[in-house]
Amino acid sequence: METPLFTYTLRLADNALILGHRLSEWVGHAPVPEEDLALANMGLDLIGQARALYTYAGEVEGRGRDEDALAYLREVGGYRNVLLVEQPNGDFAHTIVRQLLFAAFAHPFFEALARAQDATLAAVAAKAVKELAYHLRHSAEWTIRLGDGTPESHRRTQTALDDLWAFTGELFETDQVERALIDRGIAVDPAALRTRFERRLDEVLAEATLARPAGGFTQSGGRAGRHSEHLGYILSELQYLQRAYPGAKW
Amino acid sequence: MYTQALNVKDTALPAADPQREARFQARIDAEEKIEPNDWMPDGYRQTLVRQIAQHAHSEIVGMHPEGNWITRAPSLKRKVALLAKVQDEGGHGLYLYSAAETLGVSREELVEQLLDGRQKYSSIFNYPTMTWADVGVIGWLVDGAAIMNQIPLCRCSFGPYARAMIRICKEESFHQRQGYEIMVALCRDGTPAQKAMAQDALNRWWWPVLMMFGPSDQDSQHTDKSMRWKIKRFTNDELRRKFVDATVPQGRYLGLTFPDPDLKFDETTGHWAFGAIDWSEFRRVVSGDGPCNRQRLRQRKRAHERGAWVRAAVLAHAAKRRAREQAAAGVAAE
Amino acid sequence: MTEKNIPLWEVFIRSRTGLAHRHAGSVHAADAEMALQNARDVYTRRGEGLSIWVVPSHVITASDPADRDSLFEPTASKIYRHPSFYDVPEEVGHM
Repeated sequence: METPLFTYTLRLADNALILGHRLSEWVGHAPVPEEDLALANMGLDLIGQARALYTYAGEVEGRGRDEDALAYLREVGGYRNVLLVEQPNGDFAHTIVRQLLFAAFAHPFFEALARAQDATLAAVAAKAVKELAYHLRHSAEWTIRLGDGTPESHRRTQTALDDLWAFTGELFETDQVERALIDRGIAVDPAALRTRFERRLDEVLAEATLARPAGGFTQSGGRAGRHSEHLGYILSELQYLQRAYPGAKW
Repeated sequence: MYTQALNVKDTALPAADPQREARFQARIDAEEKIEPNDWMPDGYRQTLVRQIAQHAHSEIVGMHPEGNWITRAPSLKRKVALLAKVQDEGGHGLYLYSAAETLGVSREELVEQLLDGRQKYSSIFNYPTMTWADVGVIGWLVDGAAIMNQIPLCRCSFGPYARAMIRICKEESFHQRQGYEIMVALCRDGTPAQKAMAQDALNRWWWPVLMMFGPSDQDSQHTDKSMRWKIKRFTNDELRRKFVDATVPQGRYLGLTFPDPDLKFDETTGHWAFGAIDWSEFRRVVSGDGPCNRQRLRQRKRAHERGAWVRAAVLAHAAKRRAREQAAAGVAAE
Repeated sequence: MTEKNIPLWEVFIRSRTGLAHRHAGSVHAADAEMALQNARDVYTRRGEGLSIWVVPSHVITASDPADRDSLFEPTASKIYRHPSFYDVPEEVGHM
């Protein structure tokens, strides 16, 4: 039986690992070499967050699982990340818009979590908030340039926004697991962050001459282990060596 | 580092100027650094552009073989280390393009010459990374060989290149250790299957790594002049021998066998003697028929082509912004 | 067909409080904000920076190496600008 704190920590860790993994796929393939470095920097930030969170999740669980046991030996259904972060890199516009949407949420989220009651989560959040501030700045500036660049870059960026918008609602959902923790001041109530998220996003989109998609259906389920087809491919690469050589140390 | 924008390049190629060349050589002999705006013989400039560009391209193309394994790294610790290392290689490519640009050639021109095959990159990156052990061997041997080559370049006579190399050597010191640690995990602490993986990787990489130092001294076209200009401080064979001497004990610690029956310690010279290098393989790979030449260039071309719309977008946006600022300034002035 | 070049910027980094910004290298970027971000990502991966300046390369004016003698040589003979030029009696001590 998973405790709420374990599940909550795992969700945060999985978000960070899967998005970090996606960014790491770019290295060597970016549109300019400076961006190879920028994407890798963000990936390293996120995987670093994931490691701290997995380690803590393992401690909370108390069954001796370390960061690698949690990252490498869970099935797709055991992963708790939001669907947004597992979406494919697509073209550079998709990657940038995905990063913008995530950072515009995660930055205020970690700000709030840094003030929460759990000392370990608060410490991880205090570090992450600085990292996410840069991710937000970087992705916002890119979104503005791509949106208000050429007709082609505008079209690609608007398409990315339209494609990814349906995954933003899930960022603000809460379930019973979180309710209990929110009441105890351990978890952050994401609903309270929505206005800030939208305000920041609208500023960027206005400058980027992009249109925020109207409402629409929210795709969700990742946090409960119901994923898109993409996650299975991510995990089959990520976990390949650990699965092929059970028990080996690397 | 200064940059191309600072350089006033002579429009007409200067005729050979023995007096200036003598003064230039005297500065080199006195271990003075040559800076981008200083007068330099055309051959010196060309040699440097060729060498720095090739070095930069090697860093950039070198992201691919190891980059293959970032998504498959077997632990989170190994994953961040590899990601940071491959990222460093990209950074080092950029430092080096920066240094080359001080000589009056733009990065765009250099990239174009890489993509159309006029400029080369290190032949080592034309070999495939088949297993995780290849990542270990690349860090241990390829980076080890690169460091051997690069440390003397920190004293290269051309200031911007030397300064870039100082920064690169400082940063790369973790690369080789990262690779060797992977090897220790596989060979000393690993299962028989892991050790076999490591041995197989060494078998495949050993000879190509020795070829990284370039043709043997009697066949090298560039060594003489480069030595006189202090672009190069040691010959290819000297560096290769230093590398073998340093590496063999490390391999023995791992319990691995080098794929060279002639490898033995020579008591009289105090060096490890090694077998004959198959230079026909080297020439074949350099001239385009290595296992991955086409693949690597295609990867670079694809990244470049896929980025074209992004580069166009930032330029268009910057132009719009300038126009808006000018319009606003115009209104304010009225 | 060669595409349009993305402009070059010189990067200066202050590595510690109290030190001056020092030239680190260059980056390509279409505008100042991206130049700043690129400089951050390329030149401060190991905590080397507390502050970054980026300057368009084309606005830098450099002295001509050919003028080195006329610009800098004349100061070499003005030894009276250096403290060691002056004698202070030993009894007076450090000054």
